[in-house]
Amino acid sequence: MTEFFQTLVSGLSLGSIYALIALGYTMVYGIAKMLNFAHGDIIMVGAYAVITTVMISEAIPGIVAVVISVIVCVVLGVTIEFFAYRPLRKAPSLTVLITAIGVSYLLQNLALLIFGSEQKSFKLDFFDMIKPIYIGKVYINGITFLTLVVTVIIMIALTLFINKTRLGKAMRAVSEDKEAAELMGINVNRTITLTFAIGSALAAVASIFYGGAYTYIRPTTGSMPGIKAFTAAVFGGIGSIPGAMLGGILLGVIEKFAENAISQWSNAIVFVVLVIVLVVKPTGLLGKKINEKV
Amino acid sequence: MKITENSRFFTRDRITLLIISVIFLLASLLLYTDNLSRQTTNMLIPISCYIVLAVSLNLVVGLLGELSLGHAGFMSVGLFSGCLVSIALEGVLPMAARLPLSMLIGGIFAAVVGLIVGLPALRLRGDYLAIVTLACGEIIKDIINNLKITGGALGLNTLPIYSKPVELLPFAIVLVFLTVIIAMNLKHSRHGRAITAIRDNRIAAEASGINVTYYKLLVFVIAAFFAGMAGVLYGHSYSNVKSVLFDYNMSIEILVIVVLGGMGSVRGSVIAAILLRALPEALRAVADIRMLLYSVLLIAIMLLNASPKFAELRGRLSVRNLIQFFKDRRKQRSSADGKEAN
Repeated sequence: MTEFFQTLVSGLSLGSIYALIALGYTMVYGIAKMLNFAHGDIIMVGAYAVITTVMISEAIPGIVAVVISVIVCVVLGVTIEFFAYRPLRKAPSLTVLITAIGVSYLLQNLALLIFGSEQKSFKLDFFDMIKPIYIGKVYINGITFLTLVVTVIIMIALTLFINKTRLGKAMRAVSEDKEAAELMGINVNRTITLTFAIGSALAAVASIFYGGAYTYIRPTTGSMPGIKAFTAAVFGGIGSIPGAMLGGILLGVIEKFAENAISQWSNAIVFVVLVIVLVVKPTGLLGKKINEKV
Repeated sequence: MKITENSRFFTRDRITLLIISVIFLLASLLLYTDNLSRQTTNMLIPISCYIVLAVSLNLVVGLLGELSLGHAGFMSVGLFSGCLVSIALEGVLPMAARLPLSMLIGGIFAAVVGLIVGLPALRLRGDYLAIVTLACGEIIKDIINNLKITGGALGLNTLPIYSKPVELLPFAIVLVFLTVIIAMNLKHSRHGRAITAIRDNRIAAEASGINVTYYKLLVFVIAAFFAGMAGVLYGHSYSNVKSVLFDYNMSIEILVIVVLGGMGSVRGSVIAAILLRALPEALRAVADIRMLLYSVLLIAIMLLNASPKFAELRGRLSVRNLIQFFKDRRKQRSSADGKEAN
C-alpha cells in the first residue's frame, strides 16, 4: 500500500509538471488555433536561464533566478509570437505548424551553440530548504511538495483569472469567435500576446520543477516533456483548460505506475491509453463535442 | 481544360518524370564512372528513401488532408520485418530476387500496421488524429526496441545484408519511379478525385455516395506500404539499424519535406526531399551552425510563402507568365503591323 501511495505522489508531481506545460499548449490552441510545437523548448530556455543566473553569482537567491527565468520566457514567447506566428494568422494550419517546428529547431540549436551539448546540473538553493515530509510511511521530498502546492495555487489562480476578470473574459471570447470578439471591441492581437505570455510563464515555472526532479538539463530537454504535455492536452480535450489540468495529472500518474510495473514499456503504455481514450472519446476527456453542420 | 491537357505532350506529370529521370541518370552516370565523392555516394540511397517517404506521406497529408505524424513508424515496421526476411534468405536467394521480395514483405507488414493505425482515423479529426498517429509511431518504436528478434536496444545487425550504394541504386531508382507513377496515377484517377472530394468536403462527398471509410483506409494503407518498402531499402544501406532513430522527429522531418514541397504536389515532394537532405551536407563547411541555418531557412521560407507580397512577386516572375508575356508582346506587335498595313 505504501508503494502505491509513493508512486501516486511521484505521479502527481510529474503530472503537475505536464499539466503546467499542457496549459500553455491548450490556451494557445484555444485562442490561436495553432499547435505551438516550440512550447516544449521554452521549458529548456527557462531552465538554462535559471542556471545561467545562478552561475553569474552564487549570491543571487534562487527565487530571483526563478523570476528572471519567468521574465526571459515571457519575453521569448511574446517575441516568437510577434515575429513568427503573427504574420501567419491567416495561413493554413500546417504552415503554422511547420513554422513552429522551425522555431523549435532554432531554439534547440541556439542552446546547443551557446551552452554546448553536454548536460548541466540543475540546482537551486531553496530545493533543500523545504524539509521532506512523511505522511504515514509515504515520503515526499521538498521539490515534490513544492511542485504540488505551487501547481494547485497556479491552477486556482488561472481558473479565477479566466472566469472572473475582464481579460479572462476577452480570452474566452476570442477563443469562441475571433471576428465577433473583434466587433465587441476586443483587441484580438493583444489578447493572443497575453495568452502566449501566460503560457510561457507557466512553462518557466514548469522548467524549474522539471529541472528539480531530473537534476540536469541539456538543449533537447524540452522536447520529450513538450510532446508528453501536448499528449496530455489532447488527452483532456485540447482547448479546454480544466482538460489540460486533468489530462496532465492523469498522464503523469499513468506514466509513473507504468514505469513501476514494467519500466521499459512506460512510454508505450501511456500512448496506448491515449489512443484508447481518443478512440472511445474522439475529442478528449473534457473536450467539447463538435456538432457537424451541413 | 481536359482536352488541352491531353493534347499537350509536356503535361505536368511527364515533366516531373523527366526531372526525376535526369537527376537519376546524372547520379548513376557519375556513380558508375566513379566520379562521385564518398559523401554524395552515401547520400544517394537515403535520399531515394526520403523521396519515397515524402511522396507517400503526401498522399495522406496533401491528397486526403489528414495530418499524420507517424510515418517513420510505418517505415520502421517495414524496415525491421523486411530486413529480417532478407537476413533469413541471405545466401538462399540472389540479391536481385531477395531484395524485391523482402521489400514486398516489409511493405505488406507496414500496410497491415497502416490499416490498424488508420482505423481510429475514421473517428478522429485534425489534431486529434495527428496525436494518435504520433502516439502509434512511438508505440511501434517502443515495441521494436523491446523485442528480442529485432535486436532490442542494440539495434538489428544488418551487416550480412549490407550492400553498397552501387548495388542498391538500381533498386532505389525502380522504387522511386514506382512510387511516383502510382502516386500520380492515383491522384488523377477516379479514386484520387474521390479522395480529394473527401478532403475538400467530407459531408458532401459522403452525400454523393463516396465510401469515406474505404478511401481513408486505402490512403493510409498505400502510404504505409510505400513507407515500408522504403524502410527495407534504407535498412540494406546500413550495417546496423536502431528503432529509436525512427521516432516522431523523423516523421516531422518527412512532414517538413511534404509541406515545403507543396501539399499534394508529387514534384514538389521529390525536389524538396533532395534539397532538404542535401542541404545539411552542403552546409558541412559551416558545421557548427548548419542546423541553425536550416531552422532559420525553414522559418523564412514558411513566412515568405505565406506573405501575399511575395506570392504576387513570384507569380509575376513564373516561367509561364514570362512565356505569356513574350507571346502577348509578339501578338501586339503583329497586330500593330497589321494596322499599319491597313
